[in-house]
Amino acid sequence: MTYAVETRDLTRIFAGKRHLLRRKRRPEEGEEPEGPVTALDGVTMQIKEGELFGLLGPNGAGKTTLIKILCTLLLPTSGQAFVAGHDVAKDVFPIRQRISMVSGGETTGYGLLTAKENIWMFSQFYGVPSRVANDRIDELMDVFGLRDRRDSKVRTLSTGQRQKMNMIRGFVTDPDILFLDEPTVGLDVNAARTIRDYVMKWVQEQKEKTVLLTTHYMAEADEMCDRIAIIDNGRILACDTPENLKKMVRLDTTFRLEVDPLKDTAGFGEIAGVKNYSVKNDPSRNITYLTFILDGETPVADILSLIMAQGARVHSLQKSEPSLEDVFVSMVGKGFE
Amino acid sequence: MNVATPSALATVRRSDFRYKLSLNLRSVLGRAYPRVIGANREPSWVFFEVFLPLLGIAAYVFIYQSFYNAQVALIQSGVCAGAPCGSPAEQLAALQTAAQNFNGLVGTVVLGGTMVAFWLNVLWSMASQLYWEKEIGNLQIYMMAPMSRMALLAGMAIGGMFMTSVRAIATLVAGVLVFGVVFQIANPFLLLGVFFVTLIALYGMGMMFASLYLLWGREAWNLSSLLEEPIFFSSGMYFPAGGFLLVQPWGPAVAVAGSIVPAMLGLDALRQLTLPNAKLPVLLTPVAELELLLVLAVVFLVLARYALAHLETLAKREGKLTSRHQ
Repeated sequence: MTYAVETRDLTRIFAGKRHLLRRKRRPEEGEEPEGPVTALDGVTMQIKEGELFGLLGPNGAGKTTLIKILCTLLLPTSGQAFVAGHDVAKDVFPIRQRISMVSGGETTGYGLLTAKENIWMFSQFYGVPSRVANDRIDELMDVFGLRDRRDSKVRTLSTGQRQKMNMIRGFVTDPDILFLDEPTVGLDVNAARTIRDYVMKWVQEQKEKTVLLTTHYMAEADEMCDRIAIIDNGRILACDTPENLKKMVRLDTTFRLEVDPLKDTAGFGEIAGVKNYSVKNDPSRNITYLTFILDGETPVADILSLIMAQGARVHSLQKSEPSLEDVFVSMVGKGFE
Repeated sequence: MNVATPSALATVRRSDFRYKLSLNLRSVLGRAYPRVIGANREPSWVFFEVFLPLLGIAAYVFIYQSFYNAQVALIQSGVCAGAPCGSPAEQLAALQTAAQNFNGLVGTVVLGGTMVAFWLNVLWSMASQLYWEKEIGNLQIYMMAPMSRMALLAGMAIGGMFMTSVRAIATLVAGVLVFGVVFQIANPFLLLGVFFVTLIALYGMGMMFASLYLLWGREAWNLSSLLEEPIFFSSGMYFPAGGFLLVQPWGPAVAVAGSIVPAMLGLDALRQLTLPNAKLPVLLTPVAELELLLVLAVVFLVLARYALAHLETLAKREGKLTSRHQ
């Protein structure tokens, strides 16, 4: 079977930074020396044609590196990657014809050109005839609600409008496989919703189309993706449907607490029955959010004792249904920051 | 929300020669477009790229004017070529020669001023361009597109040539009108040939630099500043480059080194072809200079192709260059 995307034991190691005309800087005291970084560590996965596949992981997990390899922008250090059945290291032309990529927070394009001109320009790099490109741009401008700004210079567009323009750039070449690297980051609710809805519909209505979406928004991945791979430190920790992933922690008990800021959180790990937990601080509200994956409800009393022993108040305590974040916490022992 | 549009369904993936040719021609057009259209949307270019260069040209014209005035005063006092004038006819001939040479020098400066526009465009909009594209995030979009990388550079170059030609012609016309230079064109075909081959060689050099600048990042970007005034000097932008051959012992060495930048040979040939009556020192004949320019054009284009291929390989292997933060 030919997969839309397939990787086999894919590893990518970045060497430390080198500067041709600059002397190597000595690390300061306490600072780690600049050395090789393993961004991907033996990643093996398959994405079927027609899937909307999510890659979920915190910043620095290796999501963008994986997308860059699949987009032929990077070579693997070892292992293999195939896109539309072609090897990313050997056969780039047919891959490049079939793919497109849109990243969140992109500032691509030229400010002096209009939104329509910018998208048209990028479509030319894929050989799309101008008439076809212009028709598609008009259709997509309508879909994304950008019609009234199509003749506005790009530098006058808001962040959301600019990201919609980038999305149109991604679709205008009619790719078979679309890579979306955190496409809704920094967008308001409505703009993010428009993008999510269109991506889901695009895959549902055209069975030969495939999307690989990276995100660190759990709800986005949960809502959109047919399957999700959880990645951390360059390794795939789990890969399944959102439902199945959540089933993995359904036998466990999840508690969420809002408490005063705590001095010591390491002690939670020593309480019997605590399988994993995460800590998030919100300095603006002066609140710490705790999520616990517990083996039953017994450890709750010990957790509360430890909190109150530090003189902190508990603002709320909630037993909840497992989410993808709980899956991540149970596997990695930390939440997304 | 309609997604399965008829235009979308029409997409066919091909890889034959005809398709690739069409793809690359479209890419050239696409990349040239922002330079041809976008750059002229800022009316301020008239001030920055026509009026300000005219001030630079004026400075040199005034210097040559003062030399000319001194020479005319000397001839009118009865001194021709360092000796007393033999007759009124000799004095008149000396005055005419001085006037022709003055016209030649001012013409040299005006031509140099127009060629400076191209050189600055090559430095700041060709050589530095991929670096800027990387900074704004366009480069990785370009690099993952199926077009040839040379199509990308060719689009930048053609757009740059067009845009700069508009500015250069404006500077030339303003220079002629303001300073009253008289150009005489005896061989328009050779003139056009020299002009276009000079541009191709010059932009070929810019295409080659584009990859090198990207490779060296900010360190190399500073080279653009370094390559301004020294190249203005060694290419003879504001004086006849043939004068280097008269300055012993280092002048000929500067001339040889300067001729690596195609602007020098191109300018020298253009001067000879547009100011034939000025008795100014020259480097070579226009035809010989055209032949050398052809060689430079081929060499730079071939080097540009290999430099970019090397750069892309390096970028993919080391994970740098195409992204801002890597």
